[in-house]
Parts: sequence; structure tokens; C-alpha cells
Amino acid sequence: MSIELPNPIRPAFTEGSREGSVIVNIGPSHPATHGTIQIVAELSGERVLRTDVHCGYLHRGFEKECESHTWHNLIPYVDRLNYCSALINDFAYCEAVEKLMGIEITPRARYLRTLLAEYSRIADHLTCIAAALMELGAMTAFLYLVTIRDYIYEHLADLTGARVTYSYGRIGGLARDLPEGWLKRLGEILDQMDTFTGRVHGLVDRNRIFIDRMRNVGVVSTADAVNWGFTGPVLRSTGAPRDLRKDTPYLAYAELDFEIPVGIKGDNYDRYYVRMREIDESAHMIRQLMEMLPAGPLCVDDRRCTFPEKTLVYTEIESLINHFKLVMEGPQVPPGEVYSAQEGANGELGFYIVSVGGGVPWKVHCRSPSFVHVGGVHRMLDGYQLADIVPTFGSINMIGGECDR
Amino acid sequence: MNESVFERICEHLAGVAEEATVAHGTLAFLVEPARLIEVCRSLKESFGFDMFLDVTAVDWPEREPRFDVVWHFYSTRHFVRVRVKTRVPLADPTVDTLVPLYGSARYMERECHDMYGIAFRGNDDLRPILLYEGFEGHPLRKDYPKQKEQPLVPYRTSET
Repeated sequence: MSIELPNPIRPAFTEGSREGSVIVNIGPSHPATHGTIQIVAELSGERVLRTDVHCGYLHRGFEKECESHTWHNLIPYVDRLNYCSALINDFAYCEAVEKLMGIEITPRARYLRTLLAEYSRIADHLTCIAAALMELGAMTAFLYLVTIRDYIYEHLADLTGARVTYSYGRIGGLARDLPEGWLKRLGEILDQMDTFTGRVHGLVDRNRIFIDRMRNVGVVSTADAVNWGFTGPVLRSTGAPRDLRKDTPYLAYAELDFEIPVGIKGDNYDRYYVRMREIDESAHMIRQLMEMLPAGPLCVDDRRCTFPEKTLVYTEIESLINHFKLVMEGPQVPPGEVYSAQEGANGELGFYIVSVGGGVPWKVHCRSPSFVHVGGVHRMLDGYQLADIVPTFGSINMIGGECDR
Repeated sequence: MNESVFERICEHLAGVAEEATVAHGTLAFLVEPARLIEVCRSLKESFGFDMFLDVTAVDWPEREPRFDVVWHFYSTRHFVRVRVKTRVPLADPTVDTLVPLYGSARYMERECHDMYGIAFRGNDDLRPILLYEGFEGHPLRKDYPKQKEQPLVPYRTSET
């Protein structure tokens, strides 16, 4: 039995623009597309003349769903945007809500969030580089990097209870404090990571095959990158030292010593190298934060958003009511709107939220870097070889959950 | 630093921008749909707001005009953000496209068109992006039921 299935997309072109060119469809479900993305490409021989990139296969109505749950209940949803660095999403979202409520988080939460955001960034970059290298056939490098990533996932599971989607942020603080020995293990993992990333540098940095595939492929200039809204490692690879952690410091970044690695020409090699260097910088920041982490409460003492102690809920009526109201009605966020952005692993991750008062958002919009990058990725694909689509696409680290929302 | 940029913008746009406020480090103001291009061009060319961050809409079903269309811009020179808003009615939800000024507007306007049905005059590529061809309605409008399903491939029933 066969049924006629309608085409979910309308390609921008169905005819070749010149004689002898062919149009091929790549994806959306293809091992090399690195996420559900569909690329309609016109080829002349093996050269890509133009591309039409379609996303949306992972669209699940994130923003619509947000409008019917309480502010707290959204935290598991924002986790599932960029699932390679879910904690950064958590913190960016919580910060936006906290701004609207006028809450300043406790010093311990602020430092711990910074530490965990950098830790997540490492995991995200490791994933991106590992996948990009594997697609070029560098299986050993892939295994080195995902070994470390797995240490990080297991380690974060000790803290949060989950490997990938942690639901660990809370409006006004964090879900729970560090378990015993967590920081010691963190130091060990960072040391092992230095060894393993060192080996990857040794394997690929001056590798002829790697350089041939990555250097001068997918080149983008700074002006072009800004015009297409690129942020994060993609923008920095062009040589522009733009990083929200430096430019508009939030959390504890103003107190940390770190550099912004930049590339020289904005090609795939630079994007690889910028990410590798950012891993080093993040590890450097985490080591500083481990020393700086202050003692004290984790959540603000604000009855609008912080749940009362469980023992109090069971023993006194005020806390029971407080708990009940927070669960059933949600944190009361005053009317207003705010756009709050943090430097996600892939670029500017912004949340634009609108409240009309009450426990449920009126609107939550996510400015996802992946979506913007996919919107301009044709600039990096056109004019190169068909085989270059794979590493170039890998180097922008498009994450379907975040791109399609 | 931020304040001086914002002050200069407010001075420059006096008479065009209404309800200018600075909240949470962002300058926000409202413009008439007809003045949009002119305002955005001066933001880009005179004040260095070279990055188009985002465009989206907010639906206020009880209000006339019903939609707020909201843009965010960032200056990679001054490190500040501006929010520009305009209001359009349901009968004619049309604003000018910003594609001539910013490349990244192209994709994000497509999304806004998908989700709210805002038409961007001059953007010749408003094909669905997150939705699929043939999807009816605009899911982020408040009157679109959350549970409504429009499967592209029919669900299997017990007969088939």
C-alpha cells in the first residue's frame, strides 16, 4: 500500500540556473545532516551553486505551550531547547523572570550558576567538536572528547539527577546544593580533560587532511556575520571579539579573568579552534570559581518564588498555603516585559518574556542562536564542495531543539 | 555610557518615537508602522545598531490594534539593546520588511509570519519555516486552540 504524501516544504528553486546543473535534496533525515535539517542544493559537478535550507522538523510549539503553564513549570521545557548545554538555558530563562520580578539572587547561586554555565559550555563545545571531527573520519578524537563529555554528564547527574536535561535552575536560585566531594571530582575531570584535549590538538591541529578539509572552507567575514546575525563562536571565528560575558557582564563574569579567543578568517578551522580555546578558557574560569564559591543560602528568601522548607510545609499552615499557591498558581510575576540575553554555547540566547501579572506567562519568546545561524548558513555553503556541507554545517553546531522550538 | 546613547537616540527620534522608556538596560519605544524603516535605518546608520536580534509579535485579542510587532536590535559598538514596537490591526497586519537593512531579518520574519500572520511588505520569501506548507492558521495567536492538530500525514485508524 502506498499513500501520496504531500511535500512539507516548497523549495525556493526546482529548475537549475545553468546547463548541466542538478538539484539534490539532502536530509532531513540523513546521517550527515547532524540534526533534522533539509538542504536543497543546486550542484554543478560537485560544486554547490546555491542552497535553500529548511528547518522546522523538530518544531513542537514551545512558545505556545509556555503560555499555559506556570513560570516554574517552564523550566523543563527550556531545558529541551539546547539539550547540549541545558543549564545555560535554565539560567538565561530564570534570569529573565528574575529581572521582571526584581529579584537579585544570592551570591552562592550567582557563582554556582556561573560555574555550571561554563561547565555546560565545555560539554556543548566537546559535543560539537567531537561530532564535527567524527564526520571527517577522526574517530579517535571523537572518542577522546565524548569520554570527557560523559564524565561531565555523569558528574552533573550526581548534582542534578539527570544526565542531559537537568531542570536544575529555579526562579530565585537553584534546585539543590552541591553534594559532598563534587568539587573535588570537578577538579579531576578538568585535569583529565586537559590531557584529552591536548591529545586531540596533537591529532588534528596540524593534520594535513584536517587542514585541507577545514581551512578556507565556509569562510565568512565579520561584516557578513553581523549582517546575518551570527553570534557566539561563529562571530568570534571571524576575528570580532564579541562576547556577552565581557560586553554586558552578567552573573559573576565581571570578576573573572578570562580571554576571548578569536579566529583570523572565519572558516571552519577557526570555528574549531575558537571552540577548543573556549574550552580552555571555561576550565580556567571554573578553577577560579571553585576558589571563589561563597557559603550561604542558595535561594533568595522571597515567598513569591522560593518554595518553603518541606519540614515547614508539613508543620505550619502558612508554609503549606505558600507551597500550595506556588504549585497551583505559580510565582506572581508583575506585569511588564523584558529581553534578557546570555552568552549561550552557540551565541546569544535571549528570552523575551511578557507578563500581564499572575503565575502564567503571556508570552515567552526565545531568540535562539541556532535558528539565526541556520538562516544565514547558505553564505557558508554556497560556492564550496558538496562534501564541505558536512563540516561547515557541523561547525555552526545547529541544535534542532533550539532551532525549531 | 548606555544612558548617553539612549539620550541621543531619544533626542534624534523626538516626535517619531513614543513612550520611550529605559527598562532593564533596554531602550524601548513605539513607532508608527509607516515610520518603521526610517527609524530602523537611523538606528543602524547613526547609532551603530548593526545587529538585528529578533522580531516577534505579541497578541492582545481584546485590544485594537490587536498586535504588537516587536524588534530587538543590538549594537556591537555600544553593547546596548533597543526594542522597537509598532501596532498593527488584525484587518491589515502589515509592516515593512527590514531585509534591505539586515540579512538576518529574512528568516526571522518568516517565523513571525508563520506564527502570527504578520505580513512583511517587501519580503518576497515568506514561505513557512517552522510550520509546513498548507498549515492553516497562525498558532501563536491567542485564538488558535493549543490542542488543535493538523497532521500532514493522516493518523492511522483501526480500519487502515
